[in-house]
Amino acid sequence: MPVQSIRVGSGAGFSGDRIDAAQPVVRELMTGDGPTALMFETLGERTLALAQLRRRENPDLGYEPKLAAILQPILPDCLKAGITILGNFGAGNPPAAGRLIDGLMAKAGLNGRIAVITGDDLLQADGLEVLRAHCPDLPDEKLLISANAYLGAEPLAQAMAEGADIVVTGRVADPSLALAPMIHHLGWATDDWDRLAQGTMAGHLLECGAQVTGGYFADPGLKDVPNIEEATFPIATMNADGSFVIGKPAGGGLVDRRTVTEQLLYEVHDPSGYLTPDVAADITGAEIVELGGDRVRVDGIRGHARPETLKVTVCFDGGWIGEGEISYIGPNAAARARLAGEMVRRRAPQSLKLRFDLIGVMSVLADDGGAAWQDFAPDEAAARDVRLRVAMSGPDKDSVERGLQEIEALYCTGPAAGGGIRLSSRRRISTISCFVPREAARPRIDMLEARHG
Amino acid sequence: MAETLLHRIAHARAGDKGNRLNISLIAYDPALYETLRDQVTVEAVTAHFRHRTPSAVVRHELPKLHAMNFVLDGVLDGGVTQALNLDAHGKCLSFHLLDLKVTVPEALIHLIR
Repeated sequence: MPVQSIRVGSGAGFSGDRIDAAQPVVRELMTGDGPTALMFETLGERTLALAQLRRRENPDLGYEPKLAAILQPILPDCLKAGITILGNFGAGNPPAAGRLIDGLMAKAGLNGRIAVITGDDLLQADGLEVLRAHCPDLPDEKLLISANAYLGAEPLAQAMAEGADIVVTGRVADPSLALAPMIHHLGWATDDWDRLAQGTMAGHLLECGAQVTGGYFADPGLKDVPNIEEATFPIATMNADGSFVIGKPAGGGLVDRRTVTEQLLYEVHDPSGYLTPDVAADITGAEIVELGGDRVRVDGIRGHARPETLKVTVCFDGGWIGEGEISYIGPNAAARARLAGEMVRRRAPQSLKLRFDLIGVMSVLADDGGAAWQDFAPDEAAARDVRLRVAMSGPDKDSVERGLQEIEALYCTGPAAGGGIRLSSRRRISTISCFVPREAARPRIDMLEARHG
Repeated sequence: MAETLLHRIAHARAGDKGNRLNISLIAYDPALYETLRDQVTVEAVTAHFRHRTPSAVVRHELPKLHAMNFVLDGVLDGGVTQALNLDAHGKCLSFHLLDLKVTVPEALIHLIR
């Protein structure tokens, strides 16, 4: 009998997400009938570049650093219950992630088939030539850290057809992690645009985890979220006709019309053409119906033919960033903080770009250029607890360290009664996006048979 | 008529891609959608974010969701990898939009939260 519906849960919405989020989702997926899958989205734009840097230092690294901690508690249940795990936690090194998972399964005495998807990395093989031809702003080769094309759901669905229990990827479009099991189990054609669009937007609603179940949402008194600290992560029930319901396991958080609408539009530009490698989705006709009990039905999303090109994110060395802070309280606090900032401006290396904030007066509203200070003219004299923040960027670590030194020196050389200095610096990874022909990325599936039971 | 903050009649969420910010704006009640459409115009949003010098502001209307989606280009100082802002993503900026003043017609005043 053909499958009528499948359930896909979310175990993580970004690399820094709650480590124990997946367990209630797995418990819920283990009840009820029909195929099930669990997706992990842990790969931001810069996360991949950081992963590539780790891989350069050690060829066995470069995958999601928390991979073992995320998977260990749920692997036995998922394999026993047939919950397919799909994750872009392979990051910059999917084969190494596959080996790590095999090791976790060996420790637990588990059997299963691990699919490792590669082919997104354009700095391998002849990808550089493609980049030169299609990325007008490509920086000098020496600066390049990573260039990865967003793969679609097809190779992931193919891996499932070949019996994969766990699908490990690098860069794929986030919603494709959810779309792949739908294509596989519901038998959707790769040009069934309306259904692919519905599945893609279901994946879009899942991909940020709790952002559809009450996370990134609460506004006390206006949008209250019950037991917010225990918000459970979402599960989509996808029907063969493409209509779907977003729900969640019992626990904290909420799913309603408001959370679903906010997340449906999250990071969307033109709502009539949300592009992924799989489809162009049009959500202007979306219908969102509350079913009660933290369940919301979504329908009415249309699809059009997928783009002919794939998006590529190129990451490159962008120099260094430094940040330093010092606090002032009481009368004239803001004036002393301003004077401290002015001292840093005069003494720091001229090669640095600087930004000044007065936390306690205005901390994030301003632009880097500072136009907001004239525009909003906040009442600085009234502030009694002000923290100067100086942010700086420069081409190299030395100049940034030199700039930070000027902040540290404020303890003894700066205005009266400055305290609580904190300094930090980090490498800056810059990114550009461009579009390459689909053929430039050649997805490849490698199967790892884990037999440890 | 009553003057209030957008915050009292609509909710919003911000997202970023590169140097482009989008902010969804969703009426709490479908009846308030027209108020949003009449008053939260491209001109009003451009003026409200003038200190971020947007290179373009586009408003997409989604009447079925009683929502609008604003796309603001060039307001993130180069975006998350470039900006020196503490909030380099611009995640906080949805509530800057909600700080906009609007006038609610007499017949809808009971919908102000």
